[in-house]
Amino acid sequence: MYLQALEGGLLIGIAASLLLLGSGQIAGISGVLGSLVERRPGAWRWAFLAGLIVAVLLVRLAGGVVPGQLAMGWPLIVGSGLLVGFGTRLGSGCTSGHGLCGMGNLSTRSLVATLIFMLVAMVTVFVVRHLLAGG
Amino acid sequence: MNQTIQKAIPFLSGLIFGFGLILSGMTDPLRIQAFLDVFGQWNPSMALVMGGAIAVTLPAYTYVRLRGRNLAGIAVTLPDRKTITPRLLIGSALFGVGWGLSGVCPGPGILIAFNGLLAGVWAPVLFLLSVLAGMLLYAAWSRRVPAVNLPRSVQVNGL
Repeated sequence: MYLQALEGGLLIGIAASLLLLGSGQIAGISGVLGSLVERRPGAWRWAFLAGLIVAVLLVRLAGGVVPGQLAMGWPLIVGSGLLVGFGTRLGSGCTSGHGLCGMGNLSTRSLVATLIFMLVAMVTVFVVRHLLAGG
Repeated sequence: MNQTIQKAIPFLSGLIFGFGLILSGMTDPLRIQAFLDVFGQWNPSMALVMGGAIAVTLPAYTYVRLRGRNLAGIAVTLPDRKTITPRLLIGSALFGVGWGLSGVCPGPGILIAFNGLLAGVWAPVLFLLSVLAGMLLYAAWSRRVPAVNLPRSVQVNGL
């Protein structure tokens, strides 16, 4: 589990660096999605998204699984999705844009954003699992 | 650099990014929540994903920032690194709540939604549609309340 996490992280870092060094673009996924819903020009975004989707296809064709069960009721799914969409756009980035690219760029903005969303996410999990669930 | 290779780079980057997310376990909301659950049975493995990725992005970004160009010789202006705005703080906090509740951030959200489409599982599809709806809400709101006094690089590039 730990080795795979490290290897996966290295792959993600290589992908983000390739995009910057080869095409001059930032691999921030909320920025990619947000620009597409705002219909901004940029064919590279569609190509990047296509790459993500083909990765899922290839893993499935090779007999692998993509773990991703969401064990929640639909109101919580919709609510948390809205928060992720609105929040990442308002905060100008998510785990990839701020957490990997911005931190790699030694950006104070991205460091502050990353610390905030990680701390708030930890507090949220604490409240849900240990306070509300009574555990 | 060759034009064809140039056009293939974003696709290749997305492909490798996707493999990395799947291999690392980032697509599994339970694994993410186990990482976030520091007061429960904490699973710190996700910190290695971020550490491994930054170990590669740090030299790449430093090179482009100092040189002002990428390897293809194209001028690259990286986003502003210093300006802390209320929007950055509030937006990141809202994202943190959504990420903690769901265990899914945007990249893995795309992967598990597509995987769900293929497998006939609709919860991750609904999640991604909600993310997109949240982004549309932001777009509508920010048109009415434009950000002021931000360096141009922040407004143009985001981040």
